[in-house]
Amino acid sequence: MASLVLAEHDNKKLSDATAKTVAAASAISTPVHVLVAGQNCGAVADAAAKIKSVEKVLVADDALYAHMVAETMETLILSLADKYDAILAPATTNGKNILPRVAAKLDVPQISEIIKVVSPDIFERPIYAGNAIQTVEAKLPKKIITVRITGFKSPGEGGSAQIEKISPAADPGTAKFVGEALSRSERPELTAAKIVVSGGRGLGSAENFKLIEKVADRLHAAVGASRAAVDAGYVPNDYQVGQTGKVVAPDLYLAVGISGAIQHLAGMKDSKVIAAINKDEEAPIFQVADFGLVADLFQALPELDQELAKRGR
Amino acid sequence: MKVLVPVKRVIDFNVKVRVKSDQTGVDLANVKMSMNPFDEIAVEEAVRLKEKGTVSEIVVVSIGPQQASETLRTALAMGADRGILVKSDGEVEPLAVAKILKAIVEEEKPELVITGKQAIDDDSNQTGQMLAALLGWGQGTFAHKLELDSGSAKIEREVDGGLQTVEVKLPAVMTTDLRLNEPRYASLPNIMKAKKKPIAEKTPADYGVDVTPRLKILKVTEPAKRSAGIKVKSVAELVDKLTEAGVI
Repeated sequence: MASLVLAEHDNKKLSDATAKTVAAASAISTPVHVLVAGQNCGAVADAAAKIKSVEKVLVADDALYAHMVAETMETLILSLADKYDAILAPATTNGKNILPRVAAKLDVPQISEIIKVVSPDIFERPIYAGNAIQTVEAKLPKKIITVRITGFKSPGEGGSAQIEKISPAADPGTAKFVGEALSRSERPELTAAKIVVSGGRGLGSAENFKLIEKVADRLHAAVGASRAAVDAGYVPNDYQVGQTGKVVAPDLYLAVGISGAIQHLAGMKDSKVIAAINKDEEAPIFQVADFGLVADLFQALPELDQELAKRGR
Repeated sequence: MKVLVPVKRVIDFNVKVRVKSDQTGVDLANVKMSMNPFDEIAVEEAVRLKEKGTVSEIVVVSIGPQQASETLRTALAMGADRGILVKSDGEVEPLAVAKILKAIVEEEKPELVITGKQAIDDDSNQTGQMLAALLGWGQGTFAHKLELDSGSAKIEREVDGGLQTVEVKLPAVMTTDLRLNEPRYASLPNIMKAKKKPIAEKTPADYGVDVTPRLKILKVTEPAKRSAGIKVKSVAELVDKLTEAGVI
């Protein structure tokens, strides 16, 4: 039949997670349609139409969808579900919040966070914080799937999908958006950055985290953190990399003052190159690091900053 | 107000998981099992609401083998009032769990269900959302902060971009994130007291739910291993290596 991909966006910009989810959808059921639900989200729909191999973009542009509240998104997706045998979303907080509701209403299990499409019915997904990979067969009338985007490559641009406006579905009236406090940053998005510089408990304070930020800015990198650093209040929650935070797979992951708990490794061990700076040479992070430097981060970070500057970075 | 807290018995978060050589799953024999950490946060939140006087009764539910009653005892020792064990030895998928919980909700009529956002074994992150959908309720997932008003709840949520607040009508489902609270350790007197608290034993059939898995697990394998690389001696050498690798 066809698959439907829920677009991830902020009403202005389409997230790269969408294109990667389209890649997964293309391997399951074609043609692929993308649903853009939002408010004043025309630019997002235009961007979605350019993703290679997307046939159609459905746009539900209404105040109801401005913040993709799960309860209203559920009725919208259900109103379209008949035409699709696969419905996918990136495993972002939106995707995770919305899709299980759709699956439950369609009376089918959801397949969470797939990292590979083996065949249209068979998928791989990490379990136990990525310490095991489950291969699961889903012979179901409808497949409801969230996609771990680090497992897929964006199909790129070059498409010219038709854009179709659709009407909003009923508002169940059980929940509404009240407000948000989003971290504003000029740095690249954590899950899309080519380089991530992360800090852990070893930083010791929010003030000291500036050492991480300085190096990150020199490398045009995103800034991440371990759970310990977030729990201690050094940085906001959206910096967290790990089993229950964000999963990243940049070209370079530089872990500074991070011991390397299983739960943290789950979020970064698919990075191309891992480098670690830690004063404890027994730290488990060194067991996965391509390049390890045993050093006091308070000396190493300023030195790293100077060294990069010296080499024109 | 009555609160229902579903809890899951899972492999302890400190245990290094081993995949079985026959690829049928992970080795759970003689491995330490504990309450799913996110569910502990859910129990703690309910207990704090009870201590504030907002909540009058906390019912904890676990769906799993007989040993899941130990997980319920832990919740009772933390301050929950009574438990329901729905006995099932095999794997129960989140949708089946949600269906059993729906039946329990219809019997118990809680105004709030609090549970963990995900279990650290299968990492599904589905049950709370599915339960809310089946009940036609609102949900506040990945909760960072809860404020109860009469008839509604304001829930601050941890989202990819930062924090978001939603207002849900009660009854509702809330799933917990890491920073909602820090769960307490049960005191010895409370552990003793918990032994006297009631746990009702049920089966999925009592709730008319078929728990036969609908997804077929073909195999469970080890992820590709990363091996330790080299130690560099200085910051300059580190920058050299990263430049050679073409990543900076």
